[in-house]
Amino acid sequence: MHSVATVDHHHEHHHDTDATDVFGFWLYIMTDCILFGTLFAAFLVLNYQGMTPIGLKNYIDLQDVLLETFFLLASNFTFCLAFLSLHKKKLFNTGVWLAITFLLGASFVVLEIREFIHIANEGFRWDFNGQASSFFTLVGTHGFHVSCGLLWILITIIQLPFLKSSTNILERRMTYLGLFWNFLDIVWIFVFTVVYLMGAL
Amino acid sequence: MLTNLIFGNLTLEAIPFHNPIIMGAGLFMVLIAVGIVGLITYYRKWTYILNDWVFSVDHKKIGIMYLILAFVMLLRGFSDVVLMRSQQAIAAGAHHGYLPPEHFDQVFTAHGVIMIFFVAMPMMFALLNMAVPLQIGARDVAYPYLNSLSFWLTFVGAMLCNISLVVGDFAATGWLAYPPLSEIYYSPTAGVDYYIWSLQIAGFGTLFGGINFIATILKMRCPGMTLMKMPIFVWSVLCTMILVALAFPVLTVTLALLELDRFFGMHFFTDFAGGNSMLYINLIWVWGHPEVYILILPAFGIFSEVVATFSQKKLFGYTTMVWAIAIITLLSFIVWLHHFFTMGTGANVNAFFGIMTMLIAIPTGVKIFNWLFTMYRGQIILATPLLWVIAFFTTFAIGGMTGVMMAVPPVDFQVHNSLFLVAHFHNVIIGGVLFGFFAGIIYWFPKAFGFMLDEKWGKRSFVFWVVGFYLAFMPLYIIGLDGFMRRTYHYNNVAYQPYLLVAALGAFCVMIGILCMIIQLYVSIKNREALRDRTGDPWNGRTLEWSVASPAPLYNFAVIPTANEIDSFWYDKQRHLAEGHVHPKDLHFHPIHMPKNTPAGFVIAIFAGIAGFALVWHMLIPGIIGIVGMVAAWVGKTFSTDTDYYIDAETVKETELAHMKQMI
Repeated sequence: MHSVATVDHHHEHHHDTDATDVFGFWLYIMTDCILFGTLFAAFLVLNYQGMTPIGLKNYIDLQDVLLETFFLLASNFTFCLAFLSLHKKKLFNTGVWLAITFLLGASFVVLEIREFIHIANEGFRWDFNGQASSFFTLVGTHGFHVSCGLLWILITIIQLPFLKSSTNILERRMTYLGLFWNFLDIVWIFVFTVVYLMGAL
Repeated sequence: MLTNLIFGNLTLEAIPFHNPIIMGAGLFMVLIAVGIVGLITYYRKWTYILNDWVFSVDHKKIGIMYLILAFVMLLRGFSDVVLMRSQQAIAAGAHHGYLPPEHFDQVFTAHGVIMIFFVAMPMMFALLNMAVPLQIGARDVAYPYLNSLSFWLTFVGAMLCNISLVVGDFAATGWLAYPPLSEIYYSPTAGVDYYIWSLQIAGFGTLFGGINFIATILKMRCPGMTLMKMPIFVWSVLCTMILVALAFPVLTVTLALLELDRFFGMHFFTDFAGGNSMLYINLIWVWGHPEVYILILPAFGIFSEVVATFSQKKLFGYTTMVWAIAIITLLSFIVWLHHFFTMGTGANVNAFFGIMTMLIAIPTGVKIFNWLFTMYRGQIILATPLLWVIAFFTTFAIGGMTGVMMAVPPVDFQVHNSLFLVAHFHNVIIGGVLFGFFAGIIYWFPKAFGFMLDEKWGKRSFVFWVVGFYLAFMPLYIIGLDGFMRRTYHYNNVAYQPYLLVAALGAFCVMIGILCMIIQLYVSIKNREALRDRTGDPWNGRTLEWSVASPAPLYNFAVIPTANEIDSFWYDKQRHLAEGHVHPKDLHFHPIHMPKNTPAGFVIAIFAGIAGFALVWHMLIPGIIGIVGMVAAWVGKTFSTDTDYYIDAETVKETELAHMKQMI
């Protein structure tokens, strides 16, 4: 290790820290996975207590779920376009695709809230019984994560002009956001399978 | 209306002015806090304390702060011991003692919560922070800012628990708060909410610490240090942190669901409307069992380090030690039901979990034999750290054996929730975890502070702790077998009283032991020049942390070391002794990249505390302020690009040369 290597060492150091940082975010995602796993376990225990679930079937509308799925999956696609734009250093395009991602994600959340209000008004409130509690909590926790993701997308859009000179920080953060956003999509697939499809079919 | 939004359920009635014990304790806490603030102001040290400690992202300082928190909370948790032991010593037959049952219930709940979450876990993180980065040849942990946040969240959780003593009450449900007792109907006061929120906040701190140390160990080892060349302590920490990452989310969810039941009237664990209390029992123990392994594995790691160093011999069976740790880690996830054999799952399920529980004793036994084989034909140095290890061997073996006894479901049916159980888990936690952490603290104290701890007072504290432990808990085994149940504030059969008097005497001896430790600290600080560690290697150690000055310089290593074998530092020393000179290449210095201190971790945690307190009392506006503040502080920090700096080569060179001069 000599002074000539100092500059290379510096860049290598940054590259290493980036890889370490993303690894740490993967670890966080894995813990979030356990979190959702526990919520799924609670849902299954409370909804399948030795008999078929009678609660949920009567209240859910698979059309809602289809639309929500469309919006969330589409938002993942547009996010990836945003990420590609950043990689090509086209910050304006990144901002545009992020904004579209935000709108699609927000549509998901709005639809979900409307669904919740509708179901609650029908009498299947979260304090009605264990099935209802677990439904609202599991799906609601996912929706809460999505909402946090929306806030994150908003902050990212705002930070684009601030950080345009440090694209490595932007890329790193977009990587985290991308992991998070895609992870929520995967969780949603489990949610609509276990909660809605298994409950309604 | 506005008063309701600001104060929620909080009224002046929440402060128990009529209770002298609580008021006394509260006054004491306030005096200490005022005293500390006063001293800092008097000596004009606010800038120093804030910039160098509170805002620090340096693992060495964070480790010391964890240690201070753990020790202060040990005193708080031990005051609960004094209350319980004195109550049980006198409340026999006609006498009902001085603690009414509703107060006694809070005492044993707080005792358990404080000892596990605010003593053992912080002590563990103190040792991890003090030792792990140095042992792997790294400059800091992977995420220094997250490290700071982890500490302050733990601190805030502990403070929330402390506030509950004076404002409101604490949970009176036992340390795991089983429903339906912990549901709003049977526990309508703020107590269980304090329990939930202080644990949630501290739990996030722990979870982030888990992520931090996994990334550190997997990504930041120095060149040449493959996984199978790491110190065993680092292996034990890696597996512990994996347990943390997998188990703590379960705790987060379980406590959140309980809070949803209480706050929104949901029905996860209620005994009506489709709730299922057994769901809670299962979930909480799915977390709870890995938790006790989270506590013991680092202690096992410390034993490996101390035994090798103080036998001056390499650890026997490195590979089997690693496998044993890995198997214990895996098995710890499939034994949780042994905590509730009696709760109705039936013989087949009980049999599976009983067998799995017994299996865990096997890798543990392998480790104990390996430690004994390490000591065999070693050149033993009987310093205090090794004394703690030797006490551990016998004490933990007894505790482990009673555990294996209870792993047999028919036996467990007889002793479940008796003092036999209480004696068992204190046996393994004190004999295993605490003795291990004490050994680790004495062992690494010079590295953290630059001077040794006084041996004489160390040995005295050791004697009182060990004698006190046996006096306090062996009688409990006996009367537990006889049917004396746990968590009882009073008993009718006076024949039990002698045993509980002996137990109270044991608690008194432990108190003397703690006093000896305080004296040890005082004497060591007073004599610190005589006890100064000038070489950085006071124990003739084997691992990399002993290759730097004591205390370690800010950047840990001027030059990142290369480690080509297990205990590379030890073998380097032997080679250098043989060769007799310092290598010239060791004298090239470069600027070192360091992270800047930041107030963000502290600020986020403080807002979390405000939010927690507000949620306990349903105070809407403070709650919103707390949550918004947390998010704002976190987001605000992300706008900052001024997060690091360089220590120039000159400063590094001067620091290193000063250290070398000290050694001559």
